[in-house]
Amino acid sequence: MKHARVVYQSQVVNAIESEGALLLEDGQRVSFDAVQWLPPLLPTPRPRTILALGLNYADHAKELAFKEPPKEPLAFVKGEGALIGHRALTRRPAGVSYMHYECELAVMVGRTARHVRKEDALDFVGAYLVANDYAIRDYLENWYRPNLRVKNRDTCTPIGPWRVDAADIHQRPGGAMNLALQTTVNGQITQQGNTRDMIFDVATLIAYFSSFMTLAPGDLILTGTPDGVVDCQPGDRIVTTIEGVGELENEIALM
Amino acid sequence: MTPSSMPLHGTVYGVLLNSQAEWQACEAAMPSLPYKAAPVAPVLYVKTANTWTPHLGAIVVPAGHTEVEIGATLGLVFSEQGAWRGFVLLNDVSLPHSIAEQGFYRPPVKYKCLDSFLGVGPHLLPAADLPQPNHLTLEVRVNDVLCQQVDLGRMRRPLSTLVADVSEFMTLRPADVLMLGLDVCDSGPDAGRRPRARVGDVIDIRVPSVPGLGVMHHRLAGENA
Repeated sequence: MKHARVVYQSQVVNAIESEGALLLEDGQRVSFDAVQWLPPLLPTPRPRTILALGLNYADHAKELAFKEPPKEPLAFVKGEGALIGHRALTRRPAGVSYMHYECELAVMVGRTARHVRKEDALDFVGAYLVANDYAIRDYLENWYRPNLRVKNRDTCTPIGPWRVDAADIHQRPGGAMNLALQTTVNGQITQQGNTRDMIFDVATLIAYFSSFMTLAPGDLILTGTPDGVVDCQPGDRIVTTIEGVGELENEIALM
Repeated sequence: MTPSSMPLHGTVYGVLLNSQAEWQACEAAMPSLPYKAAPVAPVLYVKTANTWTPHLGAIVVPAGHTEVEIGATLGLVFSEQGAWRGFVLLNDVSLPHSIAEQGFYRPPVKYKCLDSFLGVGPHLLPAADLPQPNHLTLEVRVNDVLCQQVDLGRMRRPLSTLVADVSEFMTLRPADVLMLGLDVCDSGPDAGRRPRARVGDVIDIRVPSVPGLGVMHHRLAGENA
C-alpha cells in the first residue's frame, strides 16, 4: 500500500493511493492536484534520526574522483527541518554555481533495531520512499564532509510522494536491491541507475548502523545516489523516480 | 527520570572547533590533506535521539573501547521564530578522534552517535535567567576530582554569532538545540584534548555561578553492565 500525508482543506490528513487518486482517512476521494503534499511520515515521539549516505554507488564514487570505493559507509545526519514534500519548492541561493539533485532510495525503519544481523535486517524495514537529497557543492568544506551547510538546508530534501509498505517492495523480483532509479530535469533524462549497484546494500546498512546506534520506528536511511548529477537552475522541474516506489516532483526557486 | 521529562525535544546540533584553544592547536594541520584549508562556515553535527541519557543515567562505553571523551557544554534550546527558550547542561560524549588521525574529515556518526552518548542536564533554565551565556565557566569533575574548566568566553563564535552563522543556511526550529562548543584541557594528563573517562567513572558537570542549571551527574558503564 502507498501512504501519503497531505493538507486538504487546511487539515493535515493521512491518505492512501487508490486507483490514481487519494483516499483520505475520512473516506473522501480527492485528486492528486487537490492537496498539498507533506513528507509521508508519521510523527515520532523523539526527533527522527535521518541518516544519509555519501558515495554509496560505485559509479558516483568514481564520478566524484575517489580512487577506491569506501571501506565503510560514509554517513552523515540531517535534521527533519530539511525535509519537504512532493511538488514543493526547493530554494537555490543566489550566486551559487553548482547545485545538484540526488535521487535516493529512502528506507524507513519499521521497528526498533539494535545489533541486528544482516540476514535479519530487512525484517526491520517498515517502508520505502523516494528522496531527493540536494547538495550545493559551492559550500563543501573538508570538515565533517559533507558538511551540513551543503546537506542540511531548508527545503533541500524533498521526500515522497509515498511511503510504500516494505512488503510491497520485498515481494518484487530482487526486492529493494533491484529497483531502477531515474532523474529527469525538465523532461530530459539526466540520471539512471539501479539499486543493485549500491556498495553497501540496505541490509548491510541496517546491520552497520544498528551495531552502535539504536534505530527507532520512523527513522530514515537515505541510501545514496548513482552517477549522473547535473546543476539545477531556478525554474527547473526535477523528477526523481524509483521503480515501484514513486515519482517525486520538485521545482527549483531562487532564494 | 523518564525520557519524557527530559528537557530535550528537538534536534541537537553541535559545532566542531569552536574553542579558541583547540583551534590554535589544530591550526598548523588545517592546510594539509585531507582538510586543505581552515573551515569557513560553522561545521555542525547532530547528536541523534538514541544518544540522549537523562540526568543520573548511565553512559555506556562500547565493548572494545577503554575510554571516551567528555564534551562539557551548554545547549541553547530554541522556541518559536528563533527565540531563545532556555539552556541545559550537556555532555557531548565521543569516542576519541582527532585532526591528526583525519578524524575531522568525515562526519562523526561512528564517534558521536552511539547509544547513550549525550548526557543531558537536570533542568532547562529559562533564557531570561541567563542573560550572558558566554560569560560563564563550566566545571567538569571525574570521580569528584576537578579535571577541566570550560570558559564559554573563549569560543571563536560567541553564541549570538554562532546562531547567526548557522541560521544563514538552516532554520533552528522550535525545540531544536544548539551546543555552544567544546573545549580542550589547559593542563593535567589531558592537556590539549578533552578529558577522558573510563568504565566505572562518575562525571559531574556544573556552572558554579548558575546553580539553576543544576549539577549534571552520569556514570560510565560497560556495555554489558
